[in-house]
Amino acid sequence: MSAPLRAHLARREDAAGDLDAELRLFVPSDVGMVGEAVELVARHLEASFVDRHTIRFNLRVALSEALANAILYGNCADCHKGVSVRVLFGRHAIEMEVTDEGGGFDYRYLPDPTLPANRMRPYGRGLFLIRHLVDEVRFNDTGNSICMILRRT
Amino acid sequence: MAFNVRKQPGGVVVIEVDGQLIVGNRQELKQQVLDALEGGARKFLIDFTRTGYIDSSGLGVLVSLSKKIREEGGDLRLAGLNEDLKTLFELTKLDTLFAITESASEALAAF
Repeated sequence: MSAPLRAHLARREDAAGDLDAELRLFVPSDVGMVGEAVELVARHLEASFVDRHTIRFNLRVALSEALANAILYGNCADCHKGVSVRVLFGRHAIEMEVTDEGGGFDYRYLPDPTLPANRMRPYGRGLFLIRHLVDEVRFNDTGNSICMILRRT
Repeated sequence: MAFNVRKQPGGVVVIEVDGQLIVGNRQELKQQVLDALEGGARKFLIDFTRTGYIDSSGLGVLVSLSKKIREEGGDLRLAGLNEDLKTLFELTKLDTLFAITESASEALAAF
């Protein structure tokens, strides 16, 4: 059993725009820790973000997906590897960056899970859901880091 | 406890998902259903009334259980999805694969 997760919080005094707080979290490659990591992040953001529903649902599902992908596919569930989570947040915006220790993947070529031929597959819906639940998705060049952006007025 | 499992008098196995169905607990749900299937149960109702969110791993386990139950001549029904959860099923077009009812009592009556 892994040790409890600890989030590190900091103010961003010189931040431009709305993202004036930062949370960092290291999650071991254990899918059993995903629920705890998601709750930890969501609890810290609930008090400051303008829209609670976005935290309650969109953020939780998107972060769970990103962590699951990072652990299972990025780190191949290798317990010696971990996942770094960096969240910049303010009252109207959230940027969640999830980075694994893998070699990355080509995020541009993923089959459409809604096609009849793919619908009975038990996998392949993670990134599809992320793209629907957040306002913007970015990857680094390697493909081992995803940045998910949520904005609300 | 994430899952509350009980057997109704009519033989329907009802599983309530408390909190979330995600990558970290999907295997537990799968095992509960497979054990009941192995024990002879053929009618299953998964009740999401007290579920906050489901991720794609959770959806995936429902797809594989649905297939397995159908292969064994059984029936899987889903109930109690809130608007957010319904949206997940609609986005992924999984609403076309599952028998979904508003409430657990409606689902039980439909078996």
